[in-house]
Amino acid sequence: MEVKLLTARFGTPESWSIASYEKSGGYQALRKALRMDPDAVTEEVKKSGLRGRGGAGFPTGMKWSFVPKESKLPKYLCVNADESEPGTFKDRYLLELDPHAIVEGIVITCFAVGIHHAYIYIRGEFGLPYRRIQSAVEEAYSKGYLGKAILGTGFDLEVTIHRGAGAYICGEETGLIESLEGKKGQPRIKPPFPAVVGVFGGPTVVNNVETIAAVPWILGHGADAYRKHGTEKSPGTKLFSVSGPVVRPGVYEIPLGLPLRSLVNDLCGGIRGGKRMKANIPGGSSVPVLTAEEALAVNLDYESLAAAGTMLGSGGMIVIDEDTCMVWALMIIEKFYAHESCGQCTPCREGTGWLKQLVARLENGGGSPGDMEKILSITRNMIGTTICVLSDAAAMPAASFVTKFRSEFDSHVGAGRCPIRRATVGV
Amino acid sequence: MQPFEKPDPAHNPQLREPCAIAKLGRPFAFTPTEEERIDWLFTRYPTRHAACLPILWLIQKRLGWVPAEAIPAVAEKCGVPESQIYAVVSFYTMFNRAPVGQYHLQICTNLSCQLMGAEHMLDCLRRKLDIDLGQTTADGLFTLSEVECLAACEMAPMIQVNEDFVGPLDEKGLDALLSRLRSEAR
Ligand SMILES: Cc1cc2nc3c(=O)[nH]c(=O)nc-3n(C[C@H](O)[C@H](O)[C@H](O)COP(=O)(O)O)c2cc1C
Ligand code: SF4
Ligand code: FES
Repeated sequence: MEVKLLTARFGTPESWSIASYEKSGGYQALRKALRMDPDAVTEEVKKSGLRGRGGAGFPTGMKWSFVPKESKLPKYLCVNADESEPGTFKDRYLLELDPHAIVEGIVITCFAVGIHHAYIYIRGEFGLPYRRIQSAVEEAYSKGYLGKAILGTGFDLEVTIHRGAGAYICGEETGLIESLEGKKGQPRIKPPFPAVVGVFGGPTVVNNVETIAAVPWILGHGADAYRKHGTEKSPGTKLFSVSGPVVRPGVYEIPLGLPLRSLVNDLCGGIRGGKRMKANIPGGSSVPVLTAEEALAVNLDYESLAAAGTMLGSGGMIVIDEDTCMVWALMIIEKFYAHESCGQCTPCREGTGWLKQLVARLENGGGSPGDMEKILSITRNMIGTTICVLSDAAAMPAASFVTKFRSEFDSHVGAGRCPIRRATVGV
Repeated sequence: MQPFEKPDPAHNPQLREPCAIAKLGRPFAFTPTEEERIDWLFTRYPTRHAACLPILWLIQKRLGWVPAEAIPAVAEKCGVPESQIYAVVSFYTMFNRAPVGQYHLQICTNLSCQLMGAEHMLDCLRRKLDIDLGQTTADGLFTLSEVECLAACEMAPMIQVNEDFVGPLDEKGLDALLSRLRSEAR
């Protein structure tokens, strides 16, 4: 059921070393790409139907083609390795276990778009992943895959790794760009989009680690081979990070379109202790929650999840079991967004704070009957009204939790304490 | 109906206290190796300002935190006003604005870890170390902090010990971890 295109090397000894990578065919796709016309490389990626794996799902080839061919200022690639969406840990696996696939993907991407400097923006908390990607970049320089005149062609590329310092908002592409420029990671108003005005004023491609890691496979095997997996509209594979009380939490690479129940029940071994699933957050904590019933009926591709009223997001699936209080779970989620709002936009800055306080008061048994309507009304004012979508990301879980698990919220009003869960976390 | 708690500065960016940074108590200067590294950094970015985060990391690597005396030095290197450096140091949660213990224990309290018992682990840590969040043990060994999802949810409940991720934790594992750290301490 798993289809291992990007994760094929995960089990091999020293999979992160260049020797091991080359032995399994590494850097062959780069050799092939460098003999092609750069536009043909972009075309191949377009044809593959690859979509951004960072959360927004934007078609990757199309994003590359928005970058102007001629530019007075240098063009840049920013690889988004900030991985901070709660429930998501697949980029960490790629960085730790197959860093050369990322490096190879970077060179191919930069060749296609005409970029000569790439930055890898990696979250500051990553220790081992940082050391692995760092040594992969060094090895690639020493073998002539990076630097001047790569593999004897006229193509030059520098790669610099840039460490973040703890801020979820730096995963948002323009927050990342501000942070890379040495400032607070406060997102910029779009347009202009990064493809036109990005880091240091130059046209900039921002792509997620997993997106970049898929590029060598696609170039190496061809777009048609990639499209053999997945569905017509959501081709290829996707890495899902599954966490929560399942028997085997972890990273699973599945063809898009796999039923959610296969991932949870078969690959992850179901819920621990034979318990039942109560809810499922399929794409990272920002996406609307599914009830168990909805979850067990849905397939994991962009279109099916959208039809079910949620999103594929980053593929960070959080499984919630029958013993969990949904008010308590939402309280933890909203505490996170209130902490991470960068504070520029009133609906987000105030809205995240209000949601956190309202839900915490409910969870601690002190809410009032009007609170649920208040939460829903706040979320309506937070969606589509701000510079970036962190505000929407805080509002969507709140609206879906309250709507789908209304009776649990109602049961907290006037209860004096959480009626479902005895202890409460301090907020 | 309970009243709302008082506005909590830690959770509302606009209410955060004016960035308080502890003092080192002696002048700050970059070491020759750091100077060399900074010159190299300037070759990697088209602006000096962009070297701000990496320079702050150099300081934190040597001292374990970023003292007030270092701010003017960083501002001068980056060619920006000191206020810009204060803004950055206070915006990012990883820059320590006061000394921390030899082991910085950062427990994740986001959803996946909570589903697997992070709250209980936090209680155990409080009890075993006899400190609360944000505090350092009297022997200077351990500082306890709470962090958001560290992208290691398959290890839930998990904790970051300086650079390393440790999990899944249970009470026995926690005891073993603490005694190992004590025995390895400088
Ligand atoms: C609040 C917020 C946080 C984000 N965090 C991340 C992240 O940690 N990693 C990531 O790749 N994309 C993240 N994104 C999405 C990026 O803005 C951007 O869409 C993505 O990096 C583009 O790459 P892709 O097209 O390859 O997915 C975040 C977006 C928002 C609004
Ligand atoms: S929506 Fe929130 S996080 Fe995004 S820019 Fe506005 S205040 Fe900052
Ligand atoms: S929730 Fe703790 S590491 Fe993700």
